[in-house]
Amino acid sequence: MTYIRPKFRHPELPKNELGYSVDYYEGALSTLCAGCGHDSISAGIIQAAYEMNIEPHKLAKLSGIGCSSKTPAYFLSNSHGFNSVHGRMPSVATGANLANRDLIYFGVSGDGDTASIGMGQFVHAIRRGLNMTYIVMNNGCYGLTKGQDSATADQGSKNKTGHVNLFESIDLASLAIELGATFVAQSFSGDKSQMVPLIKAAMNHPGFAFINVISPCVTFNNNMGSTKSYDYVRQHVEATATVDFVPKMKEISVEYGKGTHKQVVMHDGSVIQLHKLSEDWDPLNRQSAMNAVLNAKAKNEILTGLLYVNPDAHDLHHMIQTSDRPLNIMTKEELCPGSEILKEINEGLR
Amino acid sequence: MEPTDISNPEYFHKVVDCQHACPAHTPVPEYIRLIAEEKYTEAYMINWDSNVFPGVLGRTCDRPCEPACRRGRIDGKDEEPVAICRLKRVAADNKGDVKKLMPQGPFKANGKKIALIGAGPASLTVARDLAPLGYEIHLYDEQKLGGGFMRSQIPSFRLPETVLNEEVNYILDLGIHTHFNQYVKSLKETLGKNYDAVFVGSGAPKGRDLNIPGRQEAAANIHIGINWLANVAFEHTAKIGKKVIVLGGGNTAMDCCRTSRRLGGEEVKVIVRSPFAEMKASPWEKEDAMHEDIPIIDNHVPKSFVLENGRLKGMTFEKVEAVYDKDGKRKLVPIGGEDVFFEADDVLIAVGQENSFPWIERDLGIEFDQWDMPKVDEVTFVSSNPKVFFGGDAAWGPKNVITAVAHGHQAAISIDLMCRGESLNVRPSPFVNLVSQKMGIHEWAYDSAVVNDKRYVVPQAEKKLTLSDRKKEVELGFSGITGFKEAERCLNCDIQTVFTTDKCIECDACMDVCPTACISFTENADESDLRNMLKVPATNKTQDLYVSSVLPTKRVMVKDENVCLHCGLCAERCPTSAWDMQKFFYNVTKAHTGCSSHK
Ligand SMILES: Cc1cc2nc3c(=O)[nH]c(=O)nc-3n(C[C@H](O)[C@H](O)[C@H](O)COP(=O)(O)OP(=O)(O)OC[C@H]3O[C@@H](n4cnc5c(N)ncnc54)[C@H](O)[C@@H]3O)c2cc1C
Ligand SMILES: Cc1ncc(C[n+]2csc(CCOP(=O)(O)OP(=O)(O)O)c2C)c(N)n1
Ligand code: SF4
Ligand code: SF4
Ligand code: SF4
Ligand SMILES: [Mg+2]
Repeated sequence: MTYIRPKFRHPELPKNELGYSVDYYEGALSTLCAGCGHDSISAGIIQAAYEMNIEPHKLAKLSGIGCSSKTPAYFLSNSHGFNSVHGRMPSVATGANLANRDLIYFGVSGDGDTASIGMGQFVHAIRRGLNMTYIVMNNGCYGLTKGQDSATADQGSKNKTGHVNLFESIDLASLAIELGATFVAQSFSGDKSQMVPLIKAAMNHPGFAFINVISPCVTFNNNMGSTKSYDYVRQHVEATATVDFVPKMKEISVEYGKGTHKQVVMHDGSVIQLHKLSEDWDPLNRQSAMNAVLNAKAKNEILTGLLYVNPDAHDLHHMIQTSDRPLNIMTKEELCPGSEILKEINEGLR
Repeated sequence: MEPTDISNPEYFHKVVDCQHACPAHTPVPEYIRLIAEEKYTEAYMINWDSNVFPGVLGRTCDRPCEPACRRGRIDGKDEEPVAICRLKRVAADNKGDVKKLMPQGPFKANGKKIALIGAGPASLTVARDLAPLGYEIHLYDEQKLGGGFMRSQIPSFRLPETVLNEEVNYILDLGIHTHFNQYVKSLKETLGKNYDAVFVGSGAPKGRDLNIPGRQEAAANIHIGINWLANVAFEHTAKIGKKVIVLGGGNTAMDCCRTSRRLGGEEVKVIVRSPFAEMKASPWEKEDAMHEDIPIIDNHVPKSFVLENGRLKGMTFEKVEAVYDKDGKRKLVPIGGEDVFFEADDVLIAVGQENSFPWIERDLGIEFDQWDMPKVDEVTFVSSNPKVFFGGDAAWGPKNVITAVAHGHQAAISIDLMCRGESLNVRPSPFVNLVSQKMGIHEWAYDSAVVNDKRYVVPQAEKKLTLSDRKKEVELGFSGITGFKEAERCLNCDIQTVFTTDKCIECDACMDVCPTACISFTENADESDLRNMLKVPATNKTQDLYVSSVLPTKRVMVKDENVCLHCGLCAERCPTSAWDMQKFFYNVTKAHTGCSSHK
């Protein structure tokens, strides 16, 4: 047995603004199957956190159950983590976020964890505009339990045993747009150049940011006839635009061709730069985003890239007007001001 | 870039940094693994085949392999190379019966007669490689025993006579006709003795002198370093004065000063013109000298020998500093002030050696160049006389033992080809082999884990003991256990990462898992651009890029060989075995192994 990661790293690894090189954001060595798409997404998350100069202790990673939900063990070892119950990551994220609004919440889930057992939790987290990044590592099957079809498996797609899926699939991205998510994107584990800027923009987004990443399961769903295999996805992938995320204060120097270039300036002055590839699509318009997804589906295309963003998004704390100070640093006296104050409040409601 | 042609053995050979840097291309990682497995005899034989003197070299080699060792590059800080040289000694110290594994005479004579002039490592290598093929070898040396400078120059406290004798005798026992105590006065005469070929391995035997005022007058106490060392080795000299100055900054100076300390020198100094950092001596030789209480005084240019009552009293020096022009060329510029005087009873001059061929007539068809050096072909080692070959220090001036051995192998091949009437320019190709090391999912036939140990230090005998006995060896060698630990530091660079484009599904797993960011998938470009398009730019241009043919996404896989740890993780994480770890064995063909096969 020799599955040990050496301690040596490339001696010329660059450092980010905090003075960390990318290895500071690594996790344990993955125990997923060799070639699993989920590992590429983990690598993308590591890269994004490094490039965003995130202080690891200011981020909490949360997940449910599944191969996908195991991945937080394989990135950001220096961050907080909570590996919850199957489908229940949104509840834990909600609780944590309400208690301490100052952390970056990074949720990782699978298509089974989200679109089956966790569906009820997922939709409400979106509705509430929880400030978090929610990534689904979507492989169209329950990888951890040996590859049963999941609710995102496309109708007519074949699994490894040759069984054809009879049911309509749930499209998580259009569902998220429909339910009011303020940042919705789709990507492919095999395309880090697209995935990494999307993760960065999502982490920076002040509301519910959803990314559905197609992530082939090499062991149970990478066969001919599957619509989530490396080959199929590569043949059918269509991007809305090339994406670049530019944090605020950086000079924007790239020149694009006229008409195809769009800049979305976010709440904090950061910019999402898009080099649009599809004509009739406006990332600021929900309707147009929904149409683009549906049109692509009709053409058997997998639309990737940024689908929809609302730069003026507000999150749950804003909606319910909680204190700017996180609850978890308040004293008992502040949190429970006593029966006198309660009486006053009750009076005010009469 | 064009896809890398891995069918050319030179590509993977270059990845094995140490082996590539070794003039004789000793399969280093192979013998290091054998040492870790306590297969010392096998490890010794791998060495013996390549470098002929494993016991000698395991103590004295100039070790060009070590600065090349990948281990020294992998953290950019204090990580040191594997102690390749001293591991060789572990094999030599612990080996079993190796003699029965060597070619066994008597050999069937092939009717050809070869003369070797000088019995240093170059000639001895030629002898070893040719004797088993049935050549009648005649070995000439003016000294009473074989070994050349290994015997006359390298002091016993670095190389015990027993070790040298053993390895010289393995060769002489192959049935070599020795003509010791015979100075060859005329090459013409030798050629007249009906030899089919003559190999000149006479070294660079002339020590440079220093003609400054007082040199003649004080001659009785001024000695040329290499002559003096030879006199010590052959026991013509047993004493030196209490105060000794050694002039020079090379390894000869280090051997002179350390020997002086053992022959009665109490205040021994090395005085050198250049700055300390630029001295020619290897860092470890300088350390060993200073450890024996010998100060090294740099930036002092000798001006004169000073006499008192007709006897040497000391020397004066001018103090200088090194100044560099814009091309980095050095000039030693006096810094002014009084000359400095140092007392001395004896002075040893170790300021360089030269070739000298007074015994080679100039009408034998051997061309000499403007520096009076023979013109020798760099591949075949033949001179402009097709029957006369040169090698070792005699060919291009003073180098070292391992270079002399490497020359000897190639000269032997040439002599054999010549005697068989074949072209010298068709060189035998190396023996190569590439075998998968996969045993199971996380199981390789080699120890793929990378250990974190720092380089182990070779223990030394107590100074009190070694300074009182010229023959007492200073270094004690690694114990078996430390040898094992040091061997484990080797990264197994000969276990190659072999990529099969057709199998790759571009899942990125290898790129993501590689601890040292060696692997990238990118668009193709010219080498200079490609080097900057990788996960971490490939700035070490001496290290190659391994480029695949075009993948389905129109990208290519590019691996920067520079800091690959050969840990095998890429191959373990590859779902399709597009990466495989394969053991690459590369062995330079020698006359006695290869040429006979294409007879
Ligand atoms: C002080 C000193 C220390 C050294 N230490 C090291 C070391 O630690 N490691 C290392 O790798 N290298 C060392 N070297 C260098 C190394 O010894 C030589 O590079 C190497 O021995 C060259 O081998 P060779 O076969 O070319 O000839 P040599 O070893 O020089 O042998 C040539 C032989 O030819 C004989 N000869 C010459 N002319 C004639 C003639 N006309 N007739 C008969 N015989 C003749 C000489 O007597 C001599 O024995 C050292 C050199 C010196 C001077
Ligand atoms: C309450 C509960 N029900 C069922 C399971 C069994 N189970 C474990 S993982 C999993 C599906 C995971 O699928 P997905 O979220 O797509 O993750 P993947 O392994 O495909 O990445 C199921 C059903 C469980 N662990 N807990
Ligand atoms: S079973 Fe599938 S999803 Fe799970 S680790 Fe293996 S390849 Fe990845
Ligand atoms: S063996 Fe593979 S994983 Fe290990 S350092 Fe080399 S390229 Fe990287
Ligand atoms: S792990 Fe194997 S299949 Fe995946 S990209 Fe690397 S070589 Fe290709
Ligand atoms: Mg799944």
